[in-house]
Amino acid sequence: MIEEPFANGNSFIHQIDPKLRIISAVLISVEIALFKHLPVLGCALFMAIFAIFLARLNFKCVIKRLYVIFWFLLLVWVTLPITFEGEVIYKLGSLNISRPGIILSAQISFKSISILFIFMTMISTMSINTLGRSLSALHCPSKLVHLLLMTYRYIFVIDNEYRRLQKAIKMRGFRSRTTIHSYKTYAYLIGMLFVRASYRAKRVHQAMLCRGFNGKFYSLEETSTSQTDIPFACIMTIIFIGLVSLEFFSYGNT
Amino acid sequence: METHNQNRLIIHLEDITFAYPENSLNTIDHLNLKLCQKDRMGIVAPNGCGKTTLFSLIMGLLSPDSGQIKIFGDLVSSEKDFVKVRRKIGLLFQDSDDQLFSPTVIEDVAFGPLNLGYSPSNAKDIAMTTLDNLGLSGYENRITHKLSGGEKRMVALATVLAMQPEALLLDEPNTGLDEKTKSRLVQVLNQLDLPYIVISHENDFLYDTTNIIYTMENGQMFPGEKIHRHHHEHPHSHSHHIKFIDKD
Repeated sequence: MIEEPFANGNSFIHQIDPKLRIISAVLISVEIALFKHLPVLGCALFMAIFAIFLARLNFKCVIKRLYVIFWFLLLVWVTLPITFEGEVIYKLGSLNISRPGIILSAQISFKSISILFIFMTMISTMSINTLGRSLSALHCPSKLVHLLLMTYRYIFVIDNEYRRLQKAIKMRGFRSRTTIHSYKTYAYLIGMLFVRASYRAKRVHQAMLCRGFNGKFYSLEETSTSQTDIPFACIMTIIFIGLVSLEFFSYGNT
Repeated sequence: METHNQNRLIIHLEDITFAYPENSLNTIDHLNLKLCQKDRMGIVAPNGCGKTTLFSLIMGLLSPDSGQIKIFGDLVSSEKDFVKVRRKIGLLFQDSDDQLFSPTVIEDVAFGPLNLGYSPSNAKDIAMTTLDNLGLSGYENRITHKLSGGEKRMVALATVLAMQPEALLLDEPNTGLDEKTKSRLVQVLNQLDLPYIVISHENDFLYDTTNIIYTMENGQMFPGEKIHRHHHEHPHSHSHHIKFIDKD
């Protein structure tokens, strides 16, 4: 279901205060998303790759996760260069490959890969649990935080229920085909999951009421600060400012 | 017989009737029930005869169509009344996944005490002590959804006991447990000095953990078999007595 292959490392990034990591990841990602100049984006991508090495993440897992955006980027590279108007740099039969199209595709690829890498190093290196707690420490609305944590908690239960139902229909000789019967069966199965999930939600709420829940969540919060927090914060600030100045410097040149 | 104080009335249901909207028959039909301080009551009945509904009524999760519910001698009817009841009576749900919603064991066990207004450090202490008492020390940082079925049940019991209840309602606590966990549960229940009601299908389990047995049929309770067996391997602080429902 949900695996957390990066959460249990012991690199120095893993030891940094999760709140600090969340703030840095969000700020730098927003920054990267707004950049326009390829050299700056290239620089950001280089740093993101460097960060992956620093966090000592399993290379295979990183590639596997990259695969998710691979198809999206492929689509971008196939469509944008031939559909974008502008200076034509190559003619492929009747198709015009435009320079702005290529630049835009490159921008999108650089941005998405860098942001993905940054989230992998900063956010995937903590468990969902820690992520939730840090978000609430950062004054993220508690409803959202508990939505996240409970989704994480119950997605396994719902997955179990799905598997049970699936087994049950297989036991009775169901084979997935492209027939209306198959579609109907899947629709019933999904409908059943919703019904069960809503009943479960009701029971969970009742169980919470029985333990004195009054609409307010309290936390057993304990935050640890590590010695590397301050240097980390400084480095992140330098990177942040550095990238911004680089971007503005590039504006001056063009 | 005991004096009133030693064997005070904990739960008293009088002439309770309840029907689900989609059902024409009454799930609970003019039911009477008394649970006293020294009672460890077992209810054995077929599926779908309203045992879980009974517990929901006692906890105020459902409200009866007619009849009176008295808890510790006080009449309870409004949601506000039941908020107090829920602090005194612990309900162990049939499915532990319903009860354990926090990411880690310690957070789940401390959830109740935190709601009761304990400070985080006190709540943590209570949670740790409760886990220790159940032989679950070392489980505090385990991820709840990764626990086995038996572990989940024991942790769910810990979450209920951490509220320091004065009485317990246990909804099929032994279903789906292996023999080892089951015997541990029996041991734990017998060491508790609390009145409780256990719903179960298993006669053996009820013999080992209760001193009065009722059956439920057509939404009513009937006195069940006498408790014969007395071969308990575990220490007992109280005597086993045979009781029948008093219909007054």
